[in-house]
Amino acid sequence: MTMTTTRHAAPSQQDLDGFRAIQRLAYRCAETIGAELAPGMTERQAAARMKTWLLDHGVDDWFHQPFAWFGDRTAFRGAVGFKQLGGFNPAFYPGLRRLEEGMPYILDCAPSMNGYTADIGYCGVIGENRVLDRLMDDLLEYRELIVSLVRQRKHLSEVSQAVDRLCQRHGYDPRHKAYPFEVLAHRVEKLADDGAKSHLSLFNFGARNIRELVKDVLASRKDGLSPLWSSHATSDHPPTPGLWAVEPHLGFRDVGAKWEELLVVTEDDAFWLDDDVPHVRRWQARGLLNPVKQAA
Amino acid sequence: MALEPVRVVASGEVELAVYEWGTPGGKPTVVLVHGYPDAASIWSTVAEGLAERHHVIAYDVRGAGRSSVPDHTQAYDLDHLVADLAAVVDAMSPAQPVHLICHDWGSIQSWEAVTTERMAGQIASYTTISGPSLDHAAYWILQRLKSGSPDQMAQVARQIAHSWYVGMLHLPAVAPTLWKAGLDKLWPGLLEKLDGVRPEASDSQRKDGANGVNLYRANFAKRLLKPGERRTDIPVQLIVPRKDKFMVAEIWDDLPQWVPNLWRREADAGHWIQASHPQLVIDWASEFIDHVEGAEETPALARARLHAREARSGRISDRQRGRLVVVTGAGSGFGRETALLFAEHGADVICVDLNLEAAERTVELVRLLGAQAWARKVDVGNVEQMEVLADWVEADFGAPDIVVNNAGIGVAGSFFDTSDADWEKVLRVNLWGVIHGSKLFGRQMIKAGRRGHIVNVSSMGGFTPSKFMSAYNTSKAAVMMLSDCLRAELADKGIHVATICPGLSITNITQSTRFVGLDAQAEAEKQARATKLYQRRNLTPDKIANAILDAVENRRDEVPVGAEAQGARMISRLFPKLSRGLARLDLLP
Repeated sequence: MTMTTTRHAAPSQQDLDGFRAIQRLAYRCAETIGAELAPGMTERQAAARMKTWLLDHGVDDWFHQPFAWFGDRTAFRGAVGFKQLGGFNPAFYPGLRRLEEGMPYILDCAPSMNGYTADIGYCGVIGENRVLDRLMDDLLEYRELIVSLVRQRKHLSEVSQAVDRLCQRHGYDPRHKAYPFEVLAHRVEKLADDGAKSHLSLFNFGARNIRELVKDVLASRKDGLSPLWSSHATSDHPPTPGLWAVEPHLGFRDVGAKWEELLVVTEDDAFWLDDDVPHVRRWQARGLLNPVKQAA
Repeated sequence: MALEPVRVVASGEVELAVYEWGTPGGKPTVVLVHGYPDAASIWSTVAEGLAERHHVIAYDVRGAGRSSVPDHTQAYDLDHLVADLAAVVDAMSPAQPVHLICHDWGSIQSWEAVTTERMAGQIASYTTISGPSLDHAAYWILQRLKSGSPDQMAQVARQIAHSWYVGMLHLPAVAPTLWKAGLDKLWPGLLEKLDGVRPEASDSQRKDGANGVNLYRANFAKRLLKPGERRTDIPVQLIVPRKDKFMVAEIWDDLPQWVPNLWRREADAGHWIQASHPQLVIDWASEFIDHVEGAEETPALARARLHAREARSGRISDRQRGRLVVVTGAGSGFGRETALLFAEHGADVICVDLNLEAAERTVELVRLLGAQAWARKVDVGNVEQMEVLADWVEADFGAPDIVVNNAGIGVAGSFFDTSDADWEKVLRVNLWGVIHGSKLFGRQMIKAGRRGHIVNVSSMGGFTPSKFMSAYNTSKAAVMMLSDCLRAELADKGIHVATICPGLSITNITQSTRFVGLDAQAEAEKQARATKLYQRRNLTPDKIANAILDAVENRRDEVPVGAEAQGARMISRLFPKLSRGLARLDLLP
């Protein structure tokens, strides 16, 4: 199958640097605000802090504005996760839930700067949460599985189904199925660097990024491709070159955990844009990463 | 009965009648303290049993039995009661710290002894039954009232409803008059009605009942209104009789905050457990005393130990706390969800599966929820393997409280394409697995006097004939009938048997169902289509797990899960002809 269009070209080295820079900025934001979180703070306060921090650091647009989820909201349990109102899940919007000791949290932000966009997910807890620790440890397997299957040019739906099976084996709910269109990942495109200091957002989503995504949905449909990567038939195609924001989100009872980062897909290879991300550093610190694998 | 005191020990102006079984001679000394309205004689069977390996002391609390009667109410306050216990211990075991086993008021007053300085160094361990520290109880009530949570308030209300008699005992003259007017004669019969036990009538019953009222009057209001913080490092074994009519189980929930070295065990018994289940009390007390004296902690005791931090992580409730559940097919589907759900409600779980790795994963998840769990690789259809499992459970834990015979496999297709091997396989797992599990663990429950639960997972297929499901549905129908027969046989033993009949639920079973009469590719397609159909139905395994928990907690006999299962059950019962007609439809995916 060689149906890559110019729209789905592998990014240049310069573009990769640009995407890496914004992804690092986004993770720095999450780590900074994560460290500032204190019991009593609401999701909205945390999300607002992230937004301010990012704007202060030169962010000029969004894929989506920052989200923050606390406690059982990290697991999207119950009715909020149910069928997502046809792709639109109001449970995403930060609410008035207050953080408590031992409560897991997820910070998720997707800023754009100079035309480059990141989409990251970061989780943590004030104090200790054994379930969260376990989920975060197990998330390593998903990172390795996804990139290795994409390298084998497995169809994206197959990769997503393999993730579903891994969830089943682990005993976790694949909570990314509560995301719009049950996506495990979505494409991220380079935008024009128009020099503007800010751009239009609608319902917390950046208009330019969403427009790119919608255009892509429409344009690649006739080729049997989709910029939305799920277990469904719409993703029954080989990986398309470009950048994919991959976000496996696991849930176990009341606790959810995720990471999200950009996967670079080229014509014949795939790799994570950056290995210097908090969750990888965490696995290293806990001795979970096999050094041979790291080198490979 | 005529227990004869070996000694009379003076405590202030009061004289206490002390009884003794066995001799000190290097054995640990045990002191038994009775409650209200009893006397030391309530312990006689337990004392005799314990005396084989212990030096056993009991005494009549002031005002009861053959002890003398103080002349005023305040002489019954906790300080005096602790002084009494100290006097008995000083006299009977001056050099060696004693192990206390206390019941009801004996337990209430002994909390005072173990949490205050008066007897420091004289108490080695404390086994407490059905009597909380009044100070702990006061904090328990305050914390719940302050929480503002309707659930917690309801617990307080329920405890107060269980303590109706306390108010009555405070009414001037009423209780003593009743005892003197003949309640003492009625008491043994009343006890039998209340608790199903009939200990030998005590010749001091009238005195025990009438004077003991002062225990309440001298202490209740004082302590409940002005509680102190009462802590102890002494090892404490809490025995909770589940059917105690005077105590709600939640009263013990905050105990770890006061007692770091705490073991908690629950028994299927009423308030007077030392009379109804003396051997159980002997066994548990001996096991605990042995451990405190230096023996290794037995697996059962290790299971009973409460670790302060773990105690509450991931718990939804403690309704199943202390219970041991065996789940077959625990590596996936209903089995894994059932294991997790019971763990969330406080139970410990033995996870059995043919796939050890999957069972071990379930164990990890259960432990994350703060419960204990063990994985075992067992083919439930193999009697030798099941016996090894059951022997291990019996040796380490006595008997399980709940057995969920869940493991099952699927076969679909024409009767004539179903080979003998297919039949043998499906019957071996789906039926023989249930037979082995019910027989081996049911026998253990009977032997241990456990009023346990056997939960057999059948299927809506058990009452829904279908032309392409002969083998599977036959196996499941057999499970239903087996359960019905077993339920009748075990009813007298108090062992409950439940049949769960899930509808079209998503589990591995659809992915691994054997579709006979098809080549591998066609079979894979069928499996995929069946899985998809079941996914669309979206009856998730947690719903079946919830049905199992509900069946256990409400002792339900037969539980169809899902509208299709309920509908099919109704059709099969009310319109059997329609059911047989529907069986001819090609409903295979």
